Amino acid sequence: MKLQTWFTVLFIITSLSIVGPARADKTLLNVSYDPTREFFQEFNVAFSKYWSANGGEKITIQQSHGGSGKQARSVIDGLAADVVTLALAGDIDAIAEHGKLLPENWQTRLPKNSSPYTSTIVFLVRKGNPKGIKDWHDLANGCVAVITPNPKTSGGARWNYLAAWEFGKHYFGETRVQEFVSDIYKNVPVLDSGARGSTTTFVERGIGDVLIAWENEAYLALKEYGNDKFEIIVPSVSVLAEPPVAIIDKVVDKKGTRVIAEAYLNYLYSEEAQHIAAKHYFRPSDETIAAQYAQQFTKVKLFKISDTFGNWKNIHQIHFSDGGIFDQIYLK
Amino acid sequence: MDMASITASSSHSPSRTRITQEPRWVRYTLITIALTFLALFLFVPLISVFYEALKKGVAVYIAAISDPDALAAIKLTLTATAIAVPLNLIFGVAAAWAITKFEFKGKNVLITLIDLPFSVSPVIAGLIFVLVFGMQGWLGPWLAEHDIRIIFAVPGIVLATLFITVPFIARELIPLMQAQGTEEELAAVTLGANGWQLFWRVTLPNIKWGLLYGVILCNARAMGEFGAVSVVSGHIRGSTNTLPLHVEILYNEYNFAAAFAVASLLALLALITLAIKTGIESKVSQQKGPNHEH
Amino acid sequence: MSQFKQHSVLPGFNLAIGFTLLYLSLVVLIPLSAAFIRATELTWSEFWTVVITLRVLDSYRLTFGASFIAALINAIFGLLVAWILVRYQFTGKKIIDALIDLPFALPTAVAGITLTALYAGNGWFGQFLEPLGIKVAYTPIGVFVALTFIGLPFVVRTVQPVLEDIETELEEAAAMLGASRLQTFVRIIFPTILPALMTGFALAFARAIGEYGSVIFIAGNMPMVSEITPLLIITKLEQYDYAGATAIAVVMLVTSFVLLLIINLLQWWGRRRNALI
Repeated sequence: MKLQTWFTVLFIITSLSIVGPARADKTLLNVSYDPTREFFQEFNVAFSKYWSANGGEKITIQQSHGGSGKQARSVIDGLAADVVTLALAGDIDAIAEHGKLLPENWQTRLPKNSSPYTSTIVFLVRKGNPKGIKDWHDLANGCVAVITPNPKTSGGARWNYLAAWEFGKHYFGETRVQEFVSDIYKNVPVLDSGARGSTTTFVERGIGDVLIAWENEAYLALKEYGNDKFEIIVPSVSVLAEPPVAIIDKVVDKKGTRVIAEAYLNYLYSEEAQHIAAKHYFRPSDETIAAQYAQQFTKVKLFKISDTFGNWKNIHQIHFSDGGIFDQIYLK
Repeated sequence: MDMASITASSSHSPSRTRITQEPRWVRYTLITIALTFLALFLFVPLISVFYEALKKGVAVYIAAISDPDALAAIKLTLTATAIAVPLNLIFGVAAAWAITKFEFKGKNVLITLIDLPFSVSPVIAGLIFVLVFGMQGWLGPWLAEHDIRIIFAVPGIVLATLFITVPFIARELIPLMQAQGTEEELAAVTLGANGWQLFWRVTLPNIKWGLLYGVILCNARAMGEFGAVSVVSGHIRGSTNTLPLHVEILYNEYNFAAAFAVASLLALLALITLAIKTGIESKVSQQKGPNHEH
Repeated sequence: MSQFKQHSVLPGFNLAIGFTLLYLSLVVLIPLSAAFIRATELTWSEFWTVVITLRVLDSYRLTFGASFIAALINAIFGLLVAWILVRYQFTGKKIIDALIDLPFALPTAVAGITLTALYAGNGWFGQFLEPLGIKVAYTPIGVFVALTFIGLPFVVRTVQPVLEDIETELEEAAAMLGASRLQTFVRIIFPTILPALMTGFALAFARAIGEYGSVIFIAGNMPMVSEITPLLIITKLEQYDYAGATAIAVVMLVTSFVLLLIINLLQWWGRRRNALI
């Protein structure tokens, strides 16, 4: 009977595939956010070389990328990340708070607030800047279509939102800042769930006049699509975005990968890694290396979140929680 | 072979007399409207997948589908499907056997429950497995203690796929076996056949095409599932990325040609599925032909 | 036990029903019950405030509204497609018949990126629609387009077999009694296929309200405007709001139950009706 053989074949395939995926090498899983894909692709190769040159065992580094909030949620739900390299400290705080997978003081364990590279928020506009966008207040102009992701799900979008808020506070004063930020978001025709999604919407689908983007994301778009299509506008003031990194203690202790994981994160501060970061348009945290790339990154007045907004928990509570200020923008 | 299917189909729809046929202009208008609708919603999207995939040339296309991450995604998708389909096959046969060959209370409730995954949003299908197996869920802490990985690993992806595809084979078999009734089986039992003989010799030959049809639908759905798998996957490159998730990743990497190349691979699978399905249908209608003359 | 099941000489009932129930419980029922049990962590008033906030209500309006219109369009054009496939001869009919199931077999993510590429302002369709002031991608219309695409096979596939089974004698008799084709269709054919048509409509509708993969690419996902309910569940989940996500999921699950019940009733009605005729 033909069907019987067919069943047997299926059964064999099934049992083979259950036995199949077994890996011998040590693996390290880096759970990261969207715009770091290209950077870590190159960094992982560099680290593997460094690691085996220094007598380390053979290692496979796995990457997972997605919106920062979504990635944090996966780690909390049990995605076995050895290290996380996310868009903002608030997301790693959430892993500490909801998942209890690393101590609350994680950010003090590595130099520079655990941020081996920094970035900022800039504008990407279409070539020739047809709408004449120069600074944040131009984004509130009713005839400008602004592309930015949803700050409730995207880490990058929170930096965008907070940078606009800080600008508005000084330009319009405390009383009108909420109205100003609302006006910007009323100009947003597509609210993607992640930074990369917004970039795609702007560059590939041709929607919007200005993309509020990570500096590195904006430069990458220029590189991919050419200088003749877009240009970067640097606002008068922006935020010092510090994308932090951390070891997930519970996972590395269980897997026995603490040594490698620590070496991996420390290597992000090495000279080689700092150069790779700069190459991918992240601002190196090492001052001497940063100085070498001074002309690559436009000088801009940067403010620190901790100086103006306080901690992420408060920020989330006031701005991004359900019923918070961001939700109120859309209720009207 | 071709002739046979043509005669089979023409015997199926007897030539209409003039009074039950619409005027020519009505026929042409209706056909035009229907085909325009299908063109807009079906054919053009299908063509555009292949157009976008091949826009940057065959070399880019081949590079995209032979990339190690793409191959790993293909392997994972095939693995998940190879586990999900046989399990749902056994379930479908067992459920259809119980439902169609016996009378018992609560049968309609059971049928509704089997249908349920069809109308449950894939997102919810993913969510419930997070609620059960996640670290914040019922079994998560216990599983972590015993080093068992369900979600963000292959078992979770298989479970989500299983859930989504539960109804397909059972739903294909139930009406078929209901229509066939129980006479043949009863006769075989009277002649002294035991349970397995009954199933392999009497029931299975009767339902084999319906079974295969169900398997093909189930297979297509299992390979293409996106929402549910996306929630439980963890998106680890080369490890827990299925083909549809790989499409999304490439799409998010400005790699549109590659995204559409992988997408076209999935579209091709869909087309092959439909071709096999059509093949089965014409085979079945051929078999039906002589049966009708009895 | 004898009360539960009527006697039969056929073997294998206990094995079959046992396996069926076990499997169904493990794969479907126990996981689904997790949603309901997690939702009980909320009090009734908390539950209500989650599921009827304005943003959630707007997502229901979009999800159910777009699904309804998409199912309606599919009912109209699905009937038409089924009609020409059964009644008329034209070249390429076999291929078209086979391709009807494509939306079912094509992964939803592929459908999503394809439709977005087609309907965006620089896409094949978008470049003609946009000058006319019609924006499809990143608007509620985009949601409707995606849902129409994925629901396309259902009406065609439920109506087609019923249409094939209609006896021509009735139509001939009607014609001889002086009825026009239109009258025959309205009075004789349409009532016969109505249950199947409604079943197909309900199936397309049920499939559409849960759809996620194809919609998120094309919707634009603006809160209160183009944000579908399944996306809202994901958004809640990504803010670690498990209870909130579960509450909305429960609302959708109950809706699914009710829809399935209606579908089963419609099918029963159809069988009875066709048995009478």
